[in-house]
Amino acid sequence: MKRALGSHTGTGSWLMQRATALALAVLLPLLAIRLLAALPADYAGWRAAFAPTWVRVAWLLAALSLALHAWVGMRDLLMDYVQPMAARLALYLVVIGTLAGSVIWLMASLWSAT
Amino acid sequence: MRFRLYRYAPESGEKPFMQDVELDIEPAGRMLLDALIAIKAKDETLSLRRSCREGVCGSDAMNVNGRNRLACITPLSELKQPIEVRPLPGLPVIRDLVVDMEPFYKQYRSVKPWLVNEAPEPEVERLQSPEERALLDGAYECILCACCTTSCPSFWWHAETFVGPAGLLQAYRFIADSRDEDAAARLDNLEDPYRLYRCRGIMNCVDACPKGLNPTEAIGRIKSLLVKRRV
Repeated sequence: MKRALGSHTGTGSWLMQRATALALAVLLPLLAIRLLAALPADYAGWRAAFAPTWVRVAWLLAALSLALHAWVGMRDLLMDYVQPMAARLALYLVVIGTLAGSVIWLMASLWSAT
Repeated sequence: MRFRLYRYAPESGEKPFMQDVELDIEPAGRMLLDALIAIKAKDETLSLRRSCREGVCGSDAMNVNGRNRLACITPLSELKQPIEVRPLPGLPVIRDLVVDMEPFYKQYRSVKPWLVNEAPEPEVERLQSPEERALLDGAYECILCACCTTSCPSFWWHAETFVGPAGLLQAYRFIADSRDEDAAARLDNLEDPYRLYRCRGIMNCVDACPKGLNPTEAIGRIKSLLVKRRV
């Protein structure tokens, strides 16, 4: 059988990678400048820096964008270099687990001691 | 001048090797193809394709000092010695500098590179306005030499499934044509993670094209049309 192509997908992923790239280009410099401008010295300072809700939401959005962006990129890499389907699916799961776990971990850290 | 030529004769049973060749030739005003023909006159076993010898037919595409170009329009004086000449990368080598173009042509055919128009034939030609015609500039000039497609890593990895820059440029040429009625089906044919979206926009194709065309831009326009259709 010839390889079946024409799955009518791909535009969504491509668009998502573009959109998250835009979000990251805006969010990351803003957050980095805000943090570096007044780098907290101690634990209380770090707590205060992350106290406003909008700061936490912004960090979470940045992490989510990064995870989605990385997912599309990693999926492309694996499609290029890992041909056996079982291995590719397993690696997809590893990537999804790592990215989702990181975002959940960040969320837990940000909201742990409110 | 000093040359290093890729030599491969499958029936000899030997592995491909690089052959050092010295040729007494005045580089001023001469092209690489002139030198290769002079070398072939001395050693007729050297195999290469060439036809029009003026950059129109696209037969003599080869990898010269690491870049895909047409030997007939590559001035000898521009090249650093030893001039290393290899067959186009990413396609099976038949002999020396001659590659099997079938994987390339197969992808080209897959985009149906002809006008589809079911309307009754008009008495006169199907006319275009100058603006409609201008949309084809930069898309119709392709000579199918395969310099771009064989410089694309995505095509090296996915020759079976990725259309490649030349094929996608031709796909866009027919999507953009005001006389063609098949744009929707053409977009359907391309909307696939492999056929279109293996292009990551690294622009090797733009760098390689001997006609100065921009396949990456055409691919971007196809993507824009797909997004427009979707959102």
